Amino acid sequence: MNEEVLMEIRRDYVLSKLRDGERIDGRKFDEIRHIEIKTGVFKKAEGSALVKLGNTQVAVGIKMQPGEPFPDTPDQGIIIVNAELVPLASPTFEPGPPDENAIELARVVDRGIRHSKAVDLSKLCIEEGSKVWIIFIDIWALDDDGNLMDASALAAISALLDTKVPAERFELGDDFPLPVRDLPIAITSLVVEDKILVDPCRDELSVGRNVITVTTDQEDNIVSIQKGGPFLLSEEKLDEIIELSIRKARDVRSILSKI
Amino acid sequence: MKKEEIKLIIDNRRLDGRKFDELRPIKIEAGVLKRADGSCYLEMGGNKVVAAVYGPREVHPKHLEDPSKAIIRYRYSMAPFSVEERKRPGPDRRSIEISKVSREALEPVIMKELFPRSTIDIFVEVLQADAGSRTACLNAASVALIDAGIPMKGIVTSVAVAKVDGVLVLDPIKEEDYYGEADVPFAFLIRNGKIESISLLQMDGRLTFEELKEALRLAKKGAMKIYQLQREAIMKKYIKEEVIE
Repeated sequence: MNEEVLMEIRRDYVLSKLRDGERIDGRKFDEIRHIEIKTGVFKKAEGSALVKLGNTQVAVGIKMQPGEPFPDTPDQGIIIVNAELVPLASPTFEPGPPDENAIELARVVDRGIRHSKAVDLSKLCIEEGSKVWIIFIDIWALDDDGNLMDASALAAISALLDTKVPAERFELGDDFPLPVRDLPIAITSLVVEDKILVDPCRDELSVGRNVITVTTDQEDNIVSIQKGGPFLLSEEKLDEIIELSIRKARDVRSILSKI
Repeated sequence: MKKEEIKLIIDNRRLDGRKFDELRPIKIEAGVLKRADGSCYLEMGGNKVVAAVYGPREVHPKHLEDPSKAIIRYRYSMAPFSVEERKRPGPDRRSIEISKVSREALEPVIMKELFPRSTIDIFVEVLQADAGSRTACLNAASVALIDAGIPMKGIVTSVAVAKVDGVLVLDPIKEEDYYGEADVPFAFLIRNGKIESISLLQMDGRLTFEELKEALRLAKKGAMKIYQLQREAIMKKYIKEEVIE
């Protein structure tokens, strides 16, 4: 009950600020929180990253192993993305198998990486038809202060950039860096009344989880869109969001390419 | 079995002979299930789906109740025999995601404030699938909701657009979805015969901003046609009932 009351107070505060044209943390409407990327943080993983997006924190670890290819892509490596919203990250997360939010998170991150063709999967074939590299991308939420989506997508691509294929361990020749050739960036916006708030924090999300995530590649192509929330979106708003997402993704990409 | 490049557009026609902006044949029938409060059977090309609506009714488990409005639940489910290779029954990750976005497409359209402390349950079963099953299910669910007499702000109509061989096509079939370059499922709120807003939007593949705008235009055109058929299905059921009385 207490949490509910607080939620409502927060909600009113967010809305009253918005009507004055301000966000509660003083950011501009199109301003992303401070980004911090650390890679190579977990030595047992083939690649890893810890990303902070404001107070939101996500860890991603990459593990790789040889395995059987899918029958329709016998000469391509495989990407498997999983996300866990572990209870340490938020008072509202509960232990147990991934719920719809965790599944959506993993699948949207997956689509960004897959459709931007960020990883050159044809270079991950060991023996056509029987053996290819499988990349497991595990997203571990550590602190949910809103917008786990963008933090996770950024941590995933950062970890991939850090990944070394562990060929020696499986007696398959020398280790080599994972061939990464694109930098997909996910940008999530919150739609409140007639306003668009990029990279919403948790308190802002108390007005309703009306979010849309647009992932673009380095040529500004759209590679994934996910409207995730019970709301109606006008055509004009959609255009505005796409334009904004392309623009903001360029900024984030320039931070990423510096690491 | 290897995924090969195949030509999807030949002489400006699609594999099944359709034009780029042509829908597959659609058949809609409202009120096909006796026990449900509202129901609908729908065919969209090779998709065959049934939707049922139960409610507004009591919420179980109780703790999910909302004192200010009805909760909406949507379960998208595929029969094991609906696809080439038998699908294990029960929800997989894909079905869970589809259920989530579909529920979110209907929630803002249903006037749930009218039914506090209750639930409106929407169940859709895919009996035969051929690309676009989520759109077929949403179209069926909309009709079932109306059949159940649930007050709504309008009707939800859904259709996908794909990019194949460099061109945008409406309502893709399985081959176009599988070999194509992008897939964009849309759903719209249609009120007073006009498309008012977007209620579902997903996309995967690769599209430019301009192509996305074009995809939206194409989808809206298709949605208006589906909307007419949804209306007809509802009219047909209620006009028939009047005659019997």
